[in-house]
Amino acid sequence: MTSRTANMAFAFTDEQAMILDSAKSFCADKSDIGTVRSLIASDNGYNQQVWSEMVELGWTGIAIPEQYGGSELGIGSTVALIESMGRHLLSTPYIATTLASQAIMRGGSDQHKTHWLPQVAEGSIGTLALLDNEDWGAITTSCNLSESGDKLILEGSKLLVSDAAVADFFIVSANHNGAQVLVLVAASSLSPDALSRKVLIDETKRACTVNFSGVEVTPNDILPQSETALRDIKLIGALLIAAESTGTCAATLDTVVSYLTSRIQFGRLIGSYQALKHPTVDILIQMDSARSLIYHAATVISVQPLDQDAEIACRMAKAQATEALLFAGDRAIQFHGGMGFTYDCDAQLFLRRALGSQHQYGDAQHHRLHLAGLLLD
Amino acid sequence: MATDKDLQEFRAEVADWIKHNQPADPGFLLPQTFMEVGSEQVLDFLREWQHKVWSAGYLGMAWPEKYGGRGLSPSYQNIADEEMKLARVPICFNVIGLGWAGPLILDKGTDYEREKYLKGILSAEDIWCQGFSEPNHGSDLGSIQTRAERDGDHYLVNGSKIWTTMGNYAKYMILLARTDSQAERKYNGLSFFLAPMHVDGISTQPIKKLTGEYGFTETFFTDARIPADCIMGEEGQGWRIAMQTLQYERGAEAGAAGGISILSIVMNDLLKMAAEIEREGQPLLKDPLTRDNLVKFLIEEKALHLAEKRIQTPALCADYPNSLSLSGKLRSTEFYRRMRQYALNLQGAQSALYVGDKDAVDGGFWQRAYMNNFSTTIGGGTSQVQANIVGEHVLGLPKD
Repeated sequence: MTSRTANMAFAFTDEQAMILDSAKSFCADKSDIGTVRSLIASDNGYNQQVWSEMVELGWTGIAIPEQYGGSELGIGSTVALIESMGRHLLSTPYIATTLASQAIMRGGSDQHKTHWLPQVAEGSIGTLALLDNEDWGAITTSCNLSESGDKLILEGSKLLVSDAAVADFFIVSANHNGAQVLVLVAASSLSPDALSRKVLIDETKRACTVNFSGVEVTPNDILPQSETALRDIKLIGALLIAAESTGTCAATLDTVVSYLTSRIQFGRLIGSYQALKHPTVDILIQMDSARSLIYHAATVISVQPLDQDAEIACRMAKAQATEALLFAGDRAIQFHGGMGFTYDCDAQLFLRRALGSQHQYGDAQHHRLHLAGLLLD
Repeated sequence: MATDKDLQEFRAEVADWIKHNQPADPGFLLPQTFMEVGSEQVLDFLREWQHKVWSAGYLGMAWPEKYGGRGLSPSYQNIADEEMKLARVPICFNVIGLGWAGPLILDKGTDYEREKYLKGILSAEDIWCQGFSEPNHGSDLGSIQTRAERDGDHYLVNGSKIWTTMGNYAKYMILLARTDSQAERKYNGLSFFLAPMHVDGISTQPIKKLTGEYGFTETFFTDARIPADCIMGEEGQGWRIAMQTLQYERGAEAGAAGGISILSIVMNDLLKMAAEIEREGQPLLKDPLTRDNLVKFLIEEKALHLAEKRIQTPALCADYPNSLSLSGKLRSTEFYRRMRQYALNLQGAQSALYVGDKDAVDGGFWQRAYMNNFSTTIGGGTSQVQANIVGEHVLGLPKD
């Protein structure tokens, strides 16, 4: 162990265990695989009724401070919820909204917090609009904020904006006076043709390209602590996608195990063949590592700006979880044989999730590149 | 009860003692584990070191005073071990005595046995070895063939054991042998002995390892007469006692005498080695591919350590509750195998040099460590058997 990887903090409270328990049964109940498949054909990709129940359970306010109507249980509880959602492929605007509210908590003014955080706790939907091109590692943006009297005008488009079609507000990164800032944009200020829905490889998710050109904002819409907020939400985004991927990896493993213990070929259950058994154990081991890393990351993230240990933890969690799920999804197709090649086989849902989420908030290699700087120099 | 202040003072005391007593480089590579004691020279060195640690009062601290210990809380031993580990002093090599036989005798033995055996274990005067594995059976202990037949006030032992660590130096062996060949369940016919090695009918044959060194023997029993009172417990309880014996080595709380039994090699050691290496005039640590590989290992190492934490949080182990414990050996031993192999890769042309060459990196430490690591991916159930165990007992996959 090096001194820079020595932080092994790991905490999971009884309260968080109870949240995890209720999340597990809720997600299992609301998101069986038939429901997941039927939602693929829907416009928004989720059931409004289920979203309302999640709001009623207090999940949208779980990481929001009590003074703004939340329960202030921290990002660790969010990770437990999202892992359960990933396990049942329950797609809702939960991750997008959590990240948007984290941006406001970490970078917003009192006015931003007072206005938006209670609304989020009560079910308003937010999302991040950060991406200009295919590069999650980009540190610049081509979106600009230009002065126009006492107003500011946005110029530019953002790619792969999650749940944009249902968002009430956007957190957009743009250049302003030589620095990159985060600016709040209400959905009502977008032009009618601003959204164009993308065809995603993960059909359980929704994202749009959003054209923000011509949108008017005021200097008050800029988050005062944009710099740290931007840095931190990218890392927290990586962690939340890692948590979701870990849950999906567990589901993929269950699906593989179920097939290996029921399918007979050449007179034997195929799970008795070591050529299938041992890689399945590898899936378990990779999933286990991912789970240890995501809950460690959840432990070391506080409401303060992320320190180096938290950055290391988030990046490690994403690098590991992304690769674990891709490996699991890939093997799940292969091990289902001819069935695995069909749309009817659930393995494709897992593989498509793996392919869809691997780039989000940076792929494994991107995070390892940054870890190398943190750990080796 | 020891207060935090007591323990802090004790930590400082140990650290100070180590500073003044840490042995100088003996001029030969010291063993990383007790399975690498391959010559008299190494044996004498380690014997003297362990005796010194014990004489200073830093071994068997939680064992009773009358058996050579100090009757203190295990916290003291843990602190002494932590400081010794930190300072990378040599191992306390009498591992089977300190971690297996000693705690067993302390826990289940008679006063006579405690009197007879315990002090010699701590002082390193009496070396202990372990006789569980047999040729052709590897780690399948249920198939043990070595027989022990009662003959008056002795048992007559016939058969052979393999992978006996320090078999040629040991005075005693914890021996698992079959006393009832008719037992309905094969595990029920086994008995457990504290057997003397220096009796007629026992001979040892050193095994030369792939490293070119020694450390194990094959041990042969030909009508060897073992006193009947050497049996632990009753006939037929051998399997249960053997399983119990494995529990003690978890630490001083579990009964082990302490002392570090392994010099661990961690990523930090690999990074230190890599920091000295250059490629085309540039530090190797600037090479992007090398950096990516090293980070992969660092992530894996961190996940291994975090698993030890998560295992204590049942809520986060609910889907496969025994997963982390049953996969632990597979995960860690395979990690170290790949990590050590990679260390050689980084050495470039130097990796072709071996222990004994003056230009070998770190005296050939990594070459030897990589090859010796196979003892962990093979011994105690090969990685392939471990993967079967995890597949079948964790995931519920059908047997082969």
